Amino acid sequence: MTMKKKVIEVENLVKRFGHFTANDRLSFDVYEGEIFGFLGANGAGKTTAIRILSGLSSPTSGKVKVAGFDAGTQAEMIKRNIGYMCQKFSLYEDLTVRENIALYGGIYGLSRSEITERTAQLLDRLRFREYENKLISDLPLGLKQKLSFAVAVLHEPRIVFLDEPTGGVDPITRRQFWEMIYETAERGITIFVTTHYMDEAEYCDRISIMNDGRIVALDTPSNLKKQYNVSSVEEVFIKIARPAGS
Amino acid sequence: MRTILFLIRKEFLQIFRNKFISKAIFAVPIVQMLILVPAITFELKKVDVLVIDKDMSPESRGLISKLEGSTFFRIMGMTYNEKEANSLMHRNKCNIVLHIPENFGKDIVTGRQAKIVAAIDAINASSAQLAWAYLNGIVRDYNSILTIKNINNSAPAAIPIIDIRNRYWYNEELNYKYYMLPGILVILVTAIGFLLAGLNMVREKEIGTIEQINVTPVRKSQFIVAKMVPFLIIGLVDLALGLAIGKITFNIPFNGSILLLFLGSTIFLIAVLGLAVFISTFSGSQQQFMFVAFFCMIIFILMSGIFTPYESMPQWAQDFNLINPVAYLMRVNRMVMLKGSSFTDISRELISLSVLAVLFTTFAVRRYRKTA
Repeated sequence: MTMKKKVIEVENLVKRFGHFTANDRLSFDVYEGEIFGFLGANGAGKTTAIRILSGLSSPTSGKVKVAGFDAGTQAEMIKRNIGYMCQKFSLYEDLTVRENIALYGGIYGLSRSEITERTAQLLDRLRFREYENKLISDLPLGLKQKLSFAVAVLHEPRIVFLDEPTGGVDPITRRQFWEMIYETAERGITIFVTTHYMDEAEYCDRISIMNDGRIVALDTPSNLKKQYNVSSVEEVFIKIARPAGS
Repeated sequence: MRTILFLIRKEFLQIFRNKFISKAIFAVPIVQMLILVPAITFELKKVDVLVIDKDMSPESRGLISKLEGSTFFRIMGMTYNEKEANSLMHRNKCNIVLHIPENFGKDIVTGRQAKIVAAIDAINASSAQLAWAYLNGIVRDYNSILTIKNINNSAPAAIPIIDIRNRYWYNEELNYKYYMLPGILVILVTAIGFLLAGLNMVREKEIGTIEQINVTPVRKSQFIVAKMVPFLIIGLVDLALGLAIGKITFNIPFNGSILLLFLGSTIFLIAVLGLAVFISTFSGSQQQFMFVAFFCMIIFILMSGIFTPYESMPQWAQDFNLINPVAYLMRVNRMVMLKGSSFTDISRELISLSVLAVLFTTFAVRRYRKTA
């Protein structure tokens, strides 16, 4: 693992909003091609961190490098190299599946032929052919989430950030979603995923657990289970993390 | 450039897929032109006059019938009771109370100065003054008839009278529709430019789609220009629609160059679209945006000189109008349409509008944050 290239380097990342410290001296690295799980209770500071890593928010202090670029000063360069799937669904509901794909393809500078080709691939892979000309607002949530992920990696970024991608989705769709994540990781795209679901944490190469703005654990799921002498990540989580404020 | 085209395409798709907006952008200009142009007029018609005729002489009746014969006045009643007269004025039943005292006729016949008093409801000062001027004119007319009659009786010599004739330029028939229509066209493009793009921007913030845009490498200027262009085009289409209605329905004369008119509105639209997007960067919700945009729009329109002459505003108001895009377009439209002004005649307005367009759009791009 240590031989691998680092695509995200974070050292002493601090983010404050007024007197509130959302991220308190976070330090971690993410390696190329791995599935990195970012766990924590609600309000632990996951979304704040993921927004900084994707260039949507600037760090108060600390060194943050994503795909080789500094999050404080080169946010726009980072944006060229990443994909991002927001916690809140944010494709255009009043556009069709095809129109959304074409729009983001165009924004990321894909050529017409690339857009046509990748749209076709994407529709086949997701078995979305019957929905291609449907408005997004007419799709069920599970399909929306899958499409959202597919659009986030349409331009083959180096890293994709997924902020609670499976929130509110049924178990079968969740399963399919994770299959998509594996396929994407096999293509060499690094996955940075936050989640609430502890079973999903088991699927990650490495996980970090946040509590009250700090990282309290970081290792592979099996090492963590060994270390805390329990049989599931859920039990690890319960042992070390409490929801903020309780 | 390609990115902008993708973004513009998206905006148009969304606009025309929105059942309400896609209809409203065509219905609004039609309704606005058909209602506002004929409704807004400063012409004074049918001023209700209550007469207190205490004289009841042939001379007083002669004056009253003169009033009745004019198109401006309507004798709504006669009374001898001043209290009743006051109360009618108080209840808006009449606009003028005309007192003709006793001896009015006798004074005229004996060559003394005859006096009448007019009490005018001056809630609206300018229409009161106008009514007074008309009334004065009628009394003066009557006066000269009486004078001529008297002089003829004594000495049939020539009477020196200055005869003044006037000609109204640019709007010979003093048709208020011609004056208002270019102004209503300004209001039309203002409403399109000010409200739709800004609301659209804030809506993306509200539903969160802007987050997905902000995380892409799209440039701020590309995103903002793509927000502005569709509404610029819609604004110009609406202008064409409004002009067509003006021509067909009101047969408005058009003396200038249509191209110049569209040039003025194009620069104007860029300015207000830029300002609207700038305001949207401060607003977290459509409600907040509407409140601020309405406030600006009303101030801009009322100060623009649409109803009140620009030149009679206090100096500070004229100074404020240096940053009021609506004031510039108001003059451009009226000058081009009614006077047939040329490019050089309105170059000062066009240059000022261009400066505002650059300024407001730059503010909008600078204020927009992709990274919080």
